[in-house]
Amino acid sequence: MVSERSSKEFFAVTLRVWRQAGPSASGRFVDYPATNVSPDMSFLELLDVVNDGLTVKDEEPIAFAHDCREGICGTCSCTINGKPHGPGHGIATCQLYMRSFKDGDTIIVEPFRARAFPLVKDLVTDRSAFDRIQQAGGFISVRTGAAPDANSIPVPKDDADLAMDAATCIGCGACVAACKNASAMLFVAAKVSHLGLMPQGQPERDKRVLAMVQAMDEAGFGNCTNQYECSAVCPKLITHDFIARMNRDYVKALFKAKFKPVSSASGGAG
Amino acid sequence: MNLLGALFQSSIGKKLLMAVTGLVLVGFVTGHLVGNLQIFLPPAKINTYGHMLESLGAGLWAIRLFLLACVAIHLWLAFKLTAENRAARPQGYGVEHTNRATLASRVMLRSGIVVLVFLVYHLGHFTLRVQHPEWSEHTFRLADNTMVRDVYRMTVQGFNSAGISCFYLLGVGLLAYHLNHGLVSMCQTLGLKNERWTTGLERASAAFCWLYFLGNAVIPLSVRGWLPVLSGLIQR
Ligand code: SF4
Ligand code: FES
Repeated sequence: MVSERSSKEFFAVTLRVWRQAGPSASGRFVDYPATNVSPDMSFLELLDVVNDGLTVKDEEPIAFAHDCREGICGTCSCTINGKPHGPGHGIATCQLYMRSFKDGDTIIVEPFRARAFPLVKDLVTDRSAFDRIQQAGGFISVRTGAAPDANSIPVPKDDADLAMDAATCIGCGACVAACKNASAMLFVAAKVSHLGLMPQGQPERDKRVLAMVQAMDEAGFGNCTNQYECSAVCPKLITHDFIARMNRDYVKALFKAKFKPVSSASGGAG
Repeated sequence: MNLLGALFQSSIGKKLLMAVTGLVLVGFVTGHLVGNLQIFLPPAKINTYGHMLESLGAGLWAIRLFLLACVAIHLWLAFKLTAENRAARPQGYGVEHTNRATLASRVMLRSGIVVLVFLVYHLGHFTLRVQHPEWSEHTFRLADNTMVRDVYRMTVQGFNSAGISCFYLLGVGLLAYHLNHGLVSMCQTLGLKNERWTTGLERASAAFCWLYFLGNAVIPLSVRGWLPVLSGLIQR
């Protein structure tokens, strides 16, 4: 995207940032005036510049999470002016540029808020609850031997496309942060659907959805009230239709598990 | 996890119960409205209908208990889910921002509570008859000379009070508002919705809610003589 403003037109904003020294410390907003802001700067670059200034003054820099800075890793996680990942549409915080703001703006920066994402420091939260959900079933078990021919299992194009849509989830947690109930349904639905739509994902399909939903509940996320705040902020624009799909999949799996025939071969006389 | 445990404990299970009990109650209020609209027919109609329902005996109690169980589950889950949802975000945001959650979806508990208060009052009024015990004395002679309760007169008398009429309009109005989120939300929870269906479902739901509200609202308005043709159909 090319800015309409030339990079020569510097402007000034105030960053109002949540500062909290540690998980149990009390936090508060602190204002940081930033001048010489270029519209071509990314939002995270502005945080870098502010942090350089703090370091020079021997103050503690603002802790914020980031890694790839190109929207693919899901590490960056700020709530900017009340919206996870800021004012853009379909972008992560690291893809936000200062041209989205104007001279004199006060930009309020907060961490993602959810009980299941405990705060580590300043803007950094611990999102390992997502890892626990993934470990509960977000995988397929395969025998690793010689690499099989990639085309040996045909995948219908429609399914492949849909699975790919779900697979674009970068696990950032913005869906949880935006949800009025801090529910993780969009993330879990994306992960459940991504594998559940593929032929390779079928053998563990029921087990997966049951286990991942259970892990989600155990992590202390809220319950979905179908308000779709999640998909509105998702940097990958994952649709909440996957949530409806997961609801269906879950009920089916529940009833199938309950009423499946009892095998006489496996258990022996009990 | 066993089936019942999963239904009552998992988040998706609880929402499913919420949706299914909600669906039962929507069915009930719709049937109830159709029955009520007999107020525009000669009094014998609705009084015969009321008598028929009351003489269902054990069947009536089975239906009542089933509906009561649905209300109880719906209500219990509403409070439980809300409490869990609040606990899921102990510390809120400095800036509260809403992207697209509708107002109706954000006040479900509050609209539901008003509807509940209305329901309790209404049951006291017509089913238990505690507010105006003297009204149960009103009887009506059917064509075959059986004496039955005069529900027609009870209704007309009830709506003669401006207070009751206003409370009634508020109750059915908020119920319609509650259903406007509830109906589409139910489809999502049951997994019966996707982008292609959304607009259609939302429109159908809005149309249903408006019809439901207007269908209910015309009754007190006619009794109070405010509607041109319909008011003429009420016998005072
Ligand atoms: S569903 Fe979207 S918002 Fe949620 S974790 Fe995945 S990419 Fe982030
Ligand atoms: S830093 Fe990797 S997605 Fe933003």
